[in-house]
Amino acid sequence: MKLPDLTELAVRNLRESVLRNSLTTIGISVGVASLVAMLSLGIGLQQMASRRLMKSGLFDTVVVTSRRDLRNFGHEENGNAPPPGESKLLDEDARLEIEKLPNVTEVYPDIRFPTTLLYEDKPHLTMVAALPWSAKSTDAFETLQGQFFSNETAHEAVIQKAFAEELLGRTPKPGLDETNARELAGPLLGKELTLRYAQREAATAASNNTASNNGSASQDENLTSAAYSVVSRELKLKIVGVSDLDPESMRGPTRARVFVPLKLAENLHIMLPTDLREISAAAGDQAVYSSVSVRVQDPAKIRGIEDAIKKMGFNTFSILDATRSLQQFFAVLDLFLGIFGSLALAVASIGIVNTLVMAILERRREIGIMKAIGASDGDVKKLFFAEAGAMGILGGIVGVVLGWAIGQVINLGTNVYLKRQSLPPEHFWAVPVWLVGAAILFAFIVSLAAGLYPAGRAARLDPVQALRYE
Amino acid sequence: MGTLQNQPTEMPSTNAITSTAKAEVIRAEQLCRHYRMGETVIRAVDGVTLSVRAGEFVALLGSSGSGKSSVLNLIAGLDRPTSGSVIVQGRDLAKLSREELAHHRLRTVGMVFQSFNLIVSMSVIENVELPMRFAEIDRGKRDAMAREALARVGLQARMNHKPSELSGGEQQRAALARALINRPQLLLADEPTGNLDSHTGVEIMNLVREFNQHLGMTVVMVTHERALAERYAQRFIFLADGKLVGDEVNSSAAFKEATDRVGIEVERE
Ligand SMILES: Nc1ncnc2c1ncn2[C@@H]1O[C@H](COP(=O)(O)OP(=O)(O)O)[C@@H](O)[C@H]1O
Ligand SMILES: [Mg+2]
Repeated sequence: MKLPDLTELAVRNLRESVLRNSLTTIGISVGVASLVAMLSLGIGLQQMASRRLMKSGLFDTVVVTSRRDLRNFGHEENGNAPPPGESKLLDEDARLEIEKLPNVTEVYPDIRFPTTLLYEDKPHLTMVAALPWSAKSTDAFETLQGQFFSNETAHEAVIQKAFAEELLGRTPKPGLDETNARELAGPLLGKELTLRYAQREAATAASNNTASNNGSASQDENLTSAAYSVVSRELKLKIVGVSDLDPESMRGPTRARVFVPLKLAENLHIMLPTDLREISAAAGDQAVYSSVSVRVQDPAKIRGIEDAIKKMGFNTFSILDATRSLQQFFAVLDLFLGIFGSLALAVASIGIVNTLVMAILERRREIGIMKAIGASDGDVKKLFFAEAGAMGILGGIVGVVLGWAIGQVINLGTNVYLKRQSLPPEHFWAVPVWLVGAAILFAFIVSLAAGLYPAGRAARLDPVQALRYE
Repeated sequence: MGTLQNQPTEMPSTNAITSTAKAEVIRAEQLCRHYRMGETVIRAVDGVTLSVRAGEFVALLGSSGSGKSSVLNLIAGLDRPTSGSVIVQGRDLAKLSREELAHHRLRTVGMVFQSFNLIVSMSVIENVELPMRFAEIDRGKRDAMAREALARVGLQARMNHKPSELSGGEQQRAALARALINRPQLLLADEPTGNLDSHTGVEIMNLVREFNQHLGMTVVMVTHERALAERYAQRFIFLADGKLVGDEVNSSAAFKEATDRVGIEVERE
């Protein structure tokens, strides 16, 4: 028998006992829905987690250091690298070269230095870091009080909450609730902060005073070395934002509490602590970096980019390995959720077996007639498979829709709850297209498997006995 | 389609079995079908040897329980012999696979039953089309063929009705249309008039005779009504307790009268 005939006969048989077959199909739907719901929860949570990590900028960043710097990351990988003296310089040219690699969105130098800031004439010692413009969109500044820098070279600063407390002369009381960032931002936003820094100048230009790029800079003292001179300067910054979160928590002791725009920091030619080790290399007028951060479009491409940069002669470091254990965790979670979800489908498949065995008993005579007029065992078997398969596909489709709907409702409910708690909404429920297809296919296969026994039994039915039976 | 030849009518005087002029369609040799019921063995068919030639109309006669249906089911390939052989159109059914037996039922034989055995959930035309689904005949051709078969049994007007909406005679007509849809060589009828009144029974029997004479189908009909057999069959095979107890040519006046009246010349060798 051909497929169109099989489907036609299967559908008409299913319609003969609509109620029973509908109930069986609903059983499958519920099974599929539970599977889809479980898996889309797992997938959604995974996506949410990786979205967060992506935003944090940890997973799409490669840190590049020169091999000249002995204190670089990943030194254990250095076995066959050229000796430090001969390896490439991480200068502006190298930075531009890295920037040209495919899938690289941004390459920026890591500028951070400890210094003194004056607030209302009182000095405060802290670490200052430069932030690239792209930091604007990361999670770290989602709950920022005030705003991010108005432009890439603005004389503005974003300060961390703890530093804001220090500026206001408050000390956080341990054991008590932390002070609200909003409360701290109030008196500080718009206020002036004076940044003291050391400017690097090429030795020949030192006497001509090239610090005219920022009018507020003042020259206090000259420090001259063979290659360049260091000039102490001051820059007035406006506090535009107070950050609630600690965007650099993973940096440990070198984490910064004051942030300035990266372009501004670059223009200032600030003397960095690492520069002292680079004196011999810093002879040229090109900027030389001890490390640069490379932002990658897609974290999946990180491995290739790292390899490319290594080929250029630099050391690289990324937190790729950390993602692996995360993926492992979610694989296990998905597995467990899948098993629980499949349980309902397994129960539903017993329903299929039951329904089809009942159908054999009821249609005993009909099967006998079909065999008497020429149906082969295969035809009868296929017919029962077609019925099981049709219930499976139908149940699968309804189940996917049902599972999706359940997900939407739970998502909505949770977001209403999150809103009440004044937390941002989350999308932790995802039904990808492959899951829709896979769930329907799975329901189909499970149904066919459930049809195996009844179909075999129907096919083996003795037509003489079946026709004798009144 | 008909293989009818015009020959002068002649009273048959020789035993049909001895004649070899026409090809043998069915040959049973020491055919047995035993049922084991615990300790006892029921010999439904017990060593039957018979032969049916192409174009014959044979009646299987015997009292209830004599094994008529069992023999017919063995010829139909619905059942397998316990021992012996049943050869239909040169193939020993005992040696065929289940698949090949199904093909035999589909292509070589058409069956009608006392209880009609139509599928109740299908309309008349769907019932008639059903064997064509198994035969994988082009969907486009089926409707015309089913209509043609229904026209032949005079049931065109009721083709969209369900069997339950039809009289017994009409249901048996539908079953006859279904039996001939795949153009089988052999028509096997198990008490086709058993559930019908005598008038309707005659109508059905006339159709069966038409199939035999105009379509050249070989007919084996099970009946326990001697009168019916005398009127339509060329030959009688008698069964009792699963054994063949008689095989004779129909020489009754009723048969001669009936064939003369219909004006059909029965092929004789
Ligand atoms: N499946 C079976 N199991 C046991 N006995 C059977 C079975 N089928 C038929 N018989 C017996 O075989 C004998 C012949 O039956 P059957 O061929 O139907 O007779 P008929 O058609 O001549 O009335 C009967 O005695 C019947 O009881
Ligand atoms: Mg019988």
